[in-house]
Amino acid sequence: MEYLLKNGYVVDPVNKIDCERMDIAVKDGKIVESVDESKAKVIDVKNMLVMPGGVDLHSHIAGSKVNVGRLFRPEDHYKDYEVKSGVRRSGVGHSVPSTFTTGYRYAILGYTTVFEPATPPLKTLHTHDELNDIPIIDKACFPLFGNNWFVMEYIRDGKLEECAAYIAWLMRSIKGYAIKVVDPGGVEAWKWGITSQDFDQEIPRFGITPREIVRGLVKVNKMLGLPHPVHVHTNQLGIPGNYKTTLKTMDAVKDLATGDRSILHVTHVQFNAYGGVDYLSFSSHADDIADYVNKNPHVTIDIGQVIFGDTTTMTADGPFEYKLFNLLRGKWANADVEVETGAGVVPITYSRSNYVHAVMWCIGLELALLIKDPWRVFITTDHPNGGPFTEYPRVFSWLMSKKARERVLKRIPRLARVRTNLKDIDREYTFYELAISTRAATAKILGLSNKGHLGVGADADIAVYNINPKEVNPSADYKIVMQAFSRAYLTMKDGEIIVKDGEVVAAPVGRTYWVNAKAPKDVEDVVIPEVKKRFEEYYTVKFENYHIPESYLACSAPIQPLEPLG
Amino acid sequence: MAELKLKLKAPPQTPVEGEVLTPDNLAGRSLNEILNLETWRGNRRVKLSELFTVEGESASKPSDLHIIIEGDLRKVRHLGARMSAGKITVNGSVGTFVGFEMTGGTIVVNGDADAFVGMGMSGGVIEVNGNAGDAVGSGYWGTRCGMKGGLILVKGNVGTALGCWMKGGTIRVGGNADVFTGVRMQGGTIFVAGNVGAKLGAAMVDGKIVVLGNVPNILPSFHIDEIRPNTKVDGDKIEGPFYVFHGDITEGGNGKLFISVEKNPHLKHREAYIF
Repeated sequence: MEYLLKNGYVVDPVNKIDCERMDIAVKDGKIVESVDESKAKVIDVKNMLVMPGGVDLHSHIAGSKVNVGRLFRPEDHYKDYEVKSGVRRSGVGHSVPSTFTTGYRYAILGYTTVFEPATPPLKTLHTHDELNDIPIIDKACFPLFGNNWFVMEYIRDGKLEECAAYIAWLMRSIKGYAIKVVDPGGVEAWKWGITSQDFDQEIPRFGITPREIVRGLVKVNKMLGLPHPVHVHTNQLGIPGNYKTTLKTMDAVKDLATGDRSILHVTHVQFNAYGGVDYLSFSSHADDIADYVNKNPHVTIDIGQVIFGDTTTMTADGPFEYKLFNLLRGKWANADVEVETGAGVVPITYSRSNYVHAVMWCIGLELALLIKDPWRVFITTDHPNGGPFTEYPRVFSWLMSKKARERVLKRIPRLARVRTNLKDIDREYTFYELAISTRAATAKILGLSNKGHLGVGADADIAVYNINPKEVNPSADYKIVMQAFSRAYLTMKDGEIIVKDGEVVAAPVGRTYWVNAKAPKDVEDVVIPEVKKRFEEYYTVKFENYHIPESYLACSAPIQPLEPLG
Repeated sequence: MAELKLKLKAPPQTPVEGEVLTPDNLAGRSLNEILNLETWRGNRRVKLSELFTVEGESASKPSDLHIIIEGDLRKVRHLGARMSAGKITVNGSVGTFVGFEMTGGTIVVNGDADAFVGMGMSGGVIEVNGNAGDAVGSGYWGTRCGMKGGLILVKGNVGTALGCWMKGGTIRVGGNADVFTGVRMQGGTIFVAGNVGAKLGAAMVDGKIVVLGNVPNILPSFHIDEIRPNTKVDGDKIEGPFYVFHGDITEGGNGKLFISVEKNPHLKHREAYIF
């Protein structure tokens, strides 16, 4: 099928196109130079904003912890449900939507690629089950390595090549995409009674520090040439004063950087940019972090913006969820995944009148606004930890309009206003910067060369919003911006129309990306039998049952690793 | 008050959603419009005309409308859900979720009601002249807040978890209640004229439970305070005497149990702990 999107205002940062009136031609799922206008279906998108399909690199959409969130929060769903209609299946929404609803709602926002950022390797079969069910969007999952016994033992023994071989084998076996590190060593240390693992404190029984884990994994990532840098959730998340840990983590790998390429992605930094010593002296240190990121090109971050309202926090950081549970005394689910990681789920309501929550809200926006280069700071809500992804348009409006921010600032506690810098920041995102932060840059950092842009040869993932970027002034008319971004006028995925005027009209199966990582064969030949032997000692499952065959994925899209970075 | 009479043509085989049958929804509509309203039967949308015959007249304001429904409504759920005014009378038994999240008005059931009567309600009156099922006056699954206000009257017996997570309002039961009455209660008043099951007031933090009948035991996490000759429920004086317990101390709670002395001789040993 051929399409021609006519007369839209195209924003395509990769190709340096900023709100230019252009036609976009689509043929066989790809963007092409031109199509025969008589044969192609012409869609008039005059005076509308045309962007590449959104790419979200951190959103908990699938996996066992997400499912625990669904199961133990019936109250989250019952007011937000969708009835079967047309191509859509029924489902429930809100902070932990059901799989089908997740796909539809992302498509309605104009997002076409979403990555699940934390899956315990042992439970990845479940993650793939859910990813298979999520329609429309392309997706992938990042396996967790930060508390993996194999990894920690290899790093302790200085066997980085063997570690790389193990990770390559695991990445291939369970169809993972990137190395995710959550609270390196901290989840393991919790089993020995340490609730707050310091970055330079030894992990009991293993005798290494989180610093060594992060450094080791960054080296391994480079050896394997994985397309995405190491994705880190730092130690001491959520604890006042943790901005120092974040800076230490970023600085720990500075000497390993090569060129301008990012080697470390620090995720949901809003949760790790706190000052003070307790929740009374809680303050924002977003400026320090932004300062560091501005000066050092080897790190990228995403913000993890908080949205006021009810949501569910879920992370592989078990000790953090335990601390949160002790603060809130509500529901709490916890899991220990054998030798790999842990996880926890706790519901939370972010309240505008709560001083701590208000400061958290400010920090996320400060980070996005103080970091000058939009290619290195991405907009997320760490769905559903900061808020559901359906609230992205609200975040866009806050970033694009000082007026919108001030409207909220007026209503938060005075102390929160005074102790953060948000009130003094005048910067407002342009449509161009927004497109970078939500599409172009995220696709680039994920190593997806045919996503996040509208150049010839790219996947025809296109989002059209009913807003005229030449006429609408987002700074004043932030409500129009919010409305336009919450219902895409048209979402195209692989050259097929998915959403028309905010309604889902087709729900094809999306790809599941994974990296076909490889280590030198001689090393793998030694490592795999060794792993197999240890499997018998450590695991409750058989080595043979651990592997997930490619045929299990609904639409498998293997990616070859990049050239190793020396 | 304008009366609108609905008669069920035949008892449905599959569950029917009754949310549409509230004065708020039907007021200001002609009979024809009412017959053309849609609701769910199983997974299909059906018109009310397929389920009911309608007589009488509608009122312009919900508060002036009295809906009378005849028939076996045991498969009809969410009857009177979220209603704010007016009156519904059911001559027959109804299904689950009667008066779900209602904020005002009156529902009278001249028959039995299934589980979750008045779930999450914050105002109004529900009168059940038969028995009621489990979790009367509770909250939706997973929420930490049950009934917040209003009054539920049940003539007969009720099932388990009466007033679970209840935060306000009053529940009066003429018959017996099953186990876990007032579990996790945070406020409001429960009055049971008959007997109750075990685990009375488990994990309650506030509120008041009055039991005139027999209680198999009192949880060890409740302290005995005193013996009182009488107590009050919504201003009505109830003659005792009553053992007064407070708890549940495992939750640091300050709930009160008023247990009839006369019907519970097995609690006499607790009197030794009154200081």
